[in-house]
Amino acid sequence: MPIRVNDEDHELPTDPRTSLLDFLRRDIGLTGTKKGCDHGQCGACTVLINDTRINSCLTLAVMHDGDEITTIEGLGTPDTMCALQQAFAKHDGYQCGYCTPGQICSATAMLQEIAAGWPSDATDDLLATPTLSDEEIRERMSGNLCRCGAYSNIVAAIADVAGNAS
Amino acid sequence: MKPFDYQRAERIEHASQLMSDGATAIAGGTNLLDLMKLQVETPNTLVDVNKLPMEKIEAAGNGLHIGALVTNTAAAVHPRIKADYAVLSRAILAGATQQLRNKATTAGNLCQRTRCYYFTNTDQPCNKREPGTGCGAIKGIARLHAVLGTSDQCIATYPGDMAVAMCALDAVVHITNANGASRRVPVREFHRLPGNRPEKDNVLEPGEIITSVELPAPVKGTHIYRKVRERSSYAFAMCSVAAIVRMEDGRIDHASLAFGGLAHKPWHDPAIEETLVGQTPSLSLFDRAADVLLETAQSYGENDFKIPLARRTLAAVLCEATGVHT
Repeated sequence: MPIRVNDEDHELPTDPRTSLLDFLRRDIGLTGTKKGCDHGQCGACTVLINDTRINSCLTLAVMHDGDEITTIEGLGTPDTMCALQQAFAKHDGYQCGYCTPGQICSATAMLQEIAAGWPSDATDDLLATPTLSDEEIRERMSGNLCRCGAYSNIVAAIADVAGNAS
Repeated sequence: MKPFDYQRAERIEHASQLMSDGATAIAGGTNLLDLMKLQVETPNTLVDVNKLPMEKIEAAGNGLHIGALVTNTAAAVHPRIKADYAVLSRAILAGATQQLRNKATTAGNLCQRTRCYYFTNTDQPCNKREPGTGCGAIKGIARLHAVLGTSDQCIATYPGDMAVAMCALDAVVHITNANGASRRVPVREFHRLPGNRPEKDNVLEPGEIITSVELPAPVKGTHIYRKVRERSSYAFAMCSVAAIVRMEDGRIDHASLAFGGLAHKPWHDPAIEETLVGQTPSLSLFDRAADVLLETAQSYGENDFKIPLARRTLAAVLCEATGVHT
């Protein structure tokens, strides 16, 4: 089966060593997804697989035939930005912007996880419906580093969208 | 990354046969691919086990079977695990990031390799990575390293959180091999101490594959997972304590305790629990329990802090569980 990226089918790479990240950037030209550490430590490469967020650097493209991948290019365009993209612009949720596609993919999934009632390490009661405090946002986004340190504005952007969604 | 042959297993026996012939299994890949990029792991064949039917959480008597391929996320958010095995949900949520937990699997997490800096740096000596080359950590950078059960060949720690909670819960690992023979190994006996074979992290033999982890019937009580680390999220434990403690009539009626970040395996010592059960909780009792935990502790300079840290973390957890004020 092919791999489906942003609603388009693509052939899998022939070299099994190709990470999903390298496949997206090098093989099919979707350079919105960024390579930071290439070891799962920074989150710049975060994409959605079947709506679940993962580090695309730590998985092989050949393992994803039949999967639906969504990258930042699939979430919005400069003319039709998604709500999180608009909120990051409004709240100045970046400086250099390198981590931003990963931050936005990650936050997209995070809002779905909250809606599904998943707890986090910051959740007091595992059995209660989680609420999106700043502490929860910071914990749930801890897999996305920002070397510029735009964290407070990133939290504000996500809180803005979460507030509008609820 | 060195070239390798990629195969996808359709049946457990197929995967197991390939592994008997030297293949390395890949499930979530979050640890393995990291190590392959560093050329710490250089498998000739990767066998992708993700299509095998081991992805369910199912009731087993009064307990629960967690399939080998159940992701860390799926386990942590499962209604029965949250309700009846909260220490396990808590431990999983305290580890890694959401992105990694979404890919990491139950069996893969049990087999997670150490985060020792010498192990992951191929320019350095490491008896675990390359037996006989020596241990760089013993007289080197050893902040993350073990204080219990070390040997003169290796002082690495097992880095995970999930297995520490499973150790407190007395869970059992189900294992099968290429001949279809299966065996059950308590999590408490699954990981090894380094001894003179530090390259061997656990008791799995070539060709053996984990199929599930069985949680016994739930134990009522206060479930706590306390993890001490150098930043508040996404860092390995300097010390962690998984605890299930139940009080009755002012005395400790039940105590199950396991410790992470201190040894080459999740640490469990029944003598600590025996020290506590039947006693009226107090700071001096908790100190005696810590004496038992740390009786054989040995530190290596940079990790000297771990011995008092373990004592204080244990006391803090027991205070929280029993209502004693610090």
